[in-house]
Amino acid sequence: MAVTVRIPTPLRTLTGGADEVSADGGTVAEVIDNLETNHPGMKDRLCDEKGVRRFVNIYANDEDIRFLDNLETALTEGDTLSIVPAIAGGASR
Amino acid sequence: MRFRKMESIVEAVGNTPMLRLRTLEKDAPGTKIYLKLEYANPGGSVKDRPARQMMLDAIEDGRLTNDKILIDATSGNTGVAYSLFGAAMGYRIHLVMPSNVSQARKDITEAFGTEIIYSDPMEGSDGAIVKVRKMVAENPDRYFYADQYSNPSNPRAHYLGTGAEILDQVGGEITHFVAGLGTSGTCMGTTRRLREHSRKIECIAVEPAEALHGLEGLKHMASSLVPEIYDSKLPDEILPVGTDAGWDMSDRLAAQEGLHVGHSTGANVAGALEVAKRAEASCVVAIACDRGDRYFAPMKWEKHYEW
Repeated sequence: MAVTVRIPTPLRTLTGGADEVSADGGTVAEVIDNLETNHPGMKDRLCDEKGVRRFVNIYANDEDIRFLDNLETALTEGDTLSIVPAIAGGASR
Repeated sequence: MRFRKMESIVEAVGNTPMLRLRTLEKDAPGTKIYLKLEYANPGGSVKDRPARQMMLDAIEDGRLTNDKILIDATSGNTGVAYSLFGAAMGYRIHLVMPSNVSQARKDITEAFGTEIIYSDPMEGSDGAIVKVRKMVAENPDRYFYADQYSNPSNPRAHYLGTGAEILDQVGGEITHFVAGLGTSGTCMGTTRRLREHSRKIECIAVEPAEALHGLEGLKHMASSLVPEIYDSKLPDEILPVGTDAGWDMSDRLAAQEGLHVGHSTGANVAGALEVAKRAEASCVVAIACDRGDRYFAPMKWEKHYEW
């Protein structure tokens, strides 16, 4: 299952400058594992031992995964996953 | 501010309270930690100082006139300040901000009649800077580009205000000053004023430890467009603070000191405590940039509520 992942500026050092990469996986967790394989260091930036870091927002298409099934949110072919820095607010607490 | 009689809201900026953090100090016995409550400014943040100074200086030398629109890139607080003073002094304000800024910020600035232009949330605050530069280049006569990242009036506000006030309030005892780096205006201007004091005061700049961080308003310089007003050699030390440490300190300040502050303040105080712990008998002054209520996000059940 290939999905498109949008990469924010601060993480583009891990993707060779690319603002979008393709990744495989049927859930957000699987996609993050696949990202880690191809772009080592990515998982640690996004997740800690409790799941997605408090200040990182991940959107499956247009919805924050915190309002869906979090890391278990199911993805289908062609979906877009966006990693949005919480830098400008909107972080769930 | 409570006891002053004023002719305009513009005069209400500055002279903010200095508060001792007695509970927190117990983590570093023998030291004193003070917090300068910049959220007591009329726009609710430290950014009232540079916004006011940039506008007044530009009005004085003719860069800002009533037929021009003040435009700038801001993730929020500077925008609130421009909007407030623009309304009070009769100037039109346009702001470029990433579309994921908090709803509260959008609502506050629009309440003052400001127009918001959105930039790509994936590009962060640097994306807003790039966009505003393009807009100004296409229409140079239409705008006064305040450019808080390059405008010397920004640090000047802190040289004239924040730094001088700190010396008035705790000049006899301060040994260390801690401020976070965003535009770097607070750190640069205040440090320059404190350096004029007869006794050496260590000035420490707090910076987010990670490139992808959640300390709104602060900049990780290595991965950002570096502000023109920033001089990396000016602070005695650059102290990296992690997002988690900043967020946890914000929660602690609310629970133990009765201060509900934003995450950048949490990071500043986390840095101040670290400095206090390693400097015996020190007196550390940190900056409270804004209140925490500016960052409230919709709760899960509110998010889908149809008004």
